[in-house]
Amino acid sequence: MTMTDASQRPARETVKRVPQSLIALRNILTFLLKSPTSAFGLLVLAVLLSGAALAPLLATHDPYAQDLQSALQAPSMAHFFGTDELGRDIYSRILYGSRITLTFITLVSVIVGPIGLLVGTVAGYFGGRIDTVLMRITDIFLSFPSLILSLAFVAALGPSLNNAIIAISLTAWPPIARLARAETLTFRSADYIAAARLQGASSGRIIWRSIVPMCLPSVLIRLTLNMATVILTAAGLGFLGLGAQPPLPEWGAMIATGRRYMIDSWWTVTFPGLAILCVSLAFNLLGDGLRDALDPKQMNRR
Amino acid sequence: MAYLGRRRLGAIAGQGGTILVTLFGLLILTFVIGRVMPVDPVRAMVGEDATREVYEHVYQQLGFDRPMWQQFLYYLKDVATFNFGTSIRTGKPVLEDILYVLPATIELATFAILIGATLGVSMGVLAAVNKDRWPDHVVRVLSLAGHSMPIFWTGMIALLIFYAHFGWVGGSGRMDQFYIGLVPEQTGFLLIDSAMAGEWEIFRSAVNHIILPAALLGYSSSAYITRMTRSFMLDQINQEYITTARVKGLSNRQTIWRHAFGNIRVQLVTIVALAYGALLEGAVLIETVFAWPGFGQYLTSNLLIGDMNAVMTCVLIVGVIFITLNLLSDLLYRVFDPRTR
Repeated sequence: MTMTDASQRPARETVKRVPQSLIALRNILTFLLKSPTSAFGLLVLAVLLSGAALAPLLATHDPYAQDLQSALQAPSMAHFFGTDELGRDIYSRILYGSRITLTFITLVSVIVGPIGLLVGTVAGYFGGRIDTVLMRITDIFLSFPSLILSLAFVAALGPSLNNAIIAISLTAWPPIARLARAETLTFRSADYIAAARLQGASSGRIIWRSIVPMCLPSVLIRLTLNMATVILTAAGLGFLGLGAQPPLPEWGAMIATGRRYMIDSWWTVTFPGLAILCVSLAFNLLGDGLRDALDPKQMNRR
Repeated sequence: MAYLGRRRLGAIAGQGGTILVTLFGLLILTFVIGRVMPVDPVRAMVGEDATREVYEHVYQQLGFDRPMWQQFLYYLKDVATFNFGTSIRTGKPVLEDILYVLPATIELATFAILIGATLGVSMGVLAAVNKDRWPDHVVRVLSLAGHSMPIFWTGMIALLIFYAHFGWVGGSGRMDQFYIGLVPEQTGFLLIDSAMAGEWEIFRSAVNHIILPAALLGYSSSAYITRMTRSFMLDQINQEYITTARVKGLSNRQTIWRHAFGNIRVQLVTIVALAYGALLEGAVLIETVFAWPGFGQYLTSNLLIGDMNAVMTCVLIVGVIFITLNLLSDLLYRVFDPRTR
């Protein structure tokens, strides 16, 4: 009897732990759906994701197919958002452009998250001189507006989609590092860290196994909050001709080419811009909602 | 300055040390970015047809044969003596170019921050006073929208509506074409120059042109100011002295504006100083859309042709402006907030 009890307990505990995190997720989702603004954010993101995934099915035209016969046509049933100066269907291009936007934010997050975590946890865990040096470096990067610094990096690396991603990543990690450091400082003197140290765990192991998992939730939320900024900076670089290069249907670059025709053909700039506005607004609204959902003070009040 | 305690002096000295380290880091950063560029600066100077001897000569003259740390020392020396090299595009010293275009940007940014601060502070107070009621929600969406809009796109749409369709405002540039060159340049700030010369027609044209880009920039920067004002105000409103003031029978307006708002003024000044720096970022994009002959346009047009001397100097100057504004907001806080004494 006691034997089976002892062997079952760990199993039951793992069973219990998984649903709990799922319950937390469900609680956050219901909280978000209760507020109309966050619900709008979630809806737009769902549309963005499905649009990117199903682009070949939803698109009415080939996004690269030129048709000079029907250049600069106003929105109609044949072309929902009109056509650009080369007769390409703007609706289909925006649809395929969502893939570029998603690539952008995914890659930037994948690069920025680990760098920020590494710098922040190492600075926070070791403290002292290492902390001072790493935080000074972070401050230097923070002392620039992110667009200007990305401009400088792209100018040095040469304009292309990949270089724009690298440039934005190089400017986006400092806030993550700051956050990870602040989180680490609160855990550093906790008993379980001392226990791990007494057991003889190396610093690297403590950081990786005990500190990084604790910082992960807040870092992930912060990355979501940053996405609106990343999207706007990416679009700005594309608009200045320093990001994705034509004929890629990147939204910022589409606005840059459409600009020449905008007085007579308003649709060339209006729809790509609306797409940028919607997605960045969605991320901001969602971030705002997340901040409320995870703020304990707010939770109690509602 | 007699009331400056020793602790405060120490804090300010520490601040100065931090600034120097940050500045030094900034220089390393611009130096490194300038080094990794794929453009060969020697080739750019001597041209494609130059002989090997000429190339070697210039190569040595620019000091590229020296070790990296020596090159960095030369770079430091150049910066210390304000020698930033000449721009390939204009053929003039970069610093001279930048000092020429900077007033246009400062004029735009100042106009914008006036709009942004007025809008942001009033929306923030409105939201805080009506927390969780409809004005709060409206303000939240409005300010998030300002924060989310791609400003270059909003600029174009605004031009389409207010200039092309209604004709309410001037189009691109700082004034109407036929006025250019009519006002003697004294300060570089067109509004001041034209007013001093008594050219009220030009002054009106200038106001007509600045209002749209400044309003957009101001709106985009008001998001941050609104958010901070709202949270500062909420902190104050929940405190007991506000209840006391209400119990004493002060009117709602007096409680809010005299008591609560009076206590957040210092914090607001620091926020507005930081927002002013962030405006420079939007200025780069909005100047491109409105053909505003300022710093942002200078930076982007040099970027596109790979004029690295000009670009890196611009980046350096933006960094210095940022550091200065940070320092300034910090000092303001220290001097005016009694709690830090």
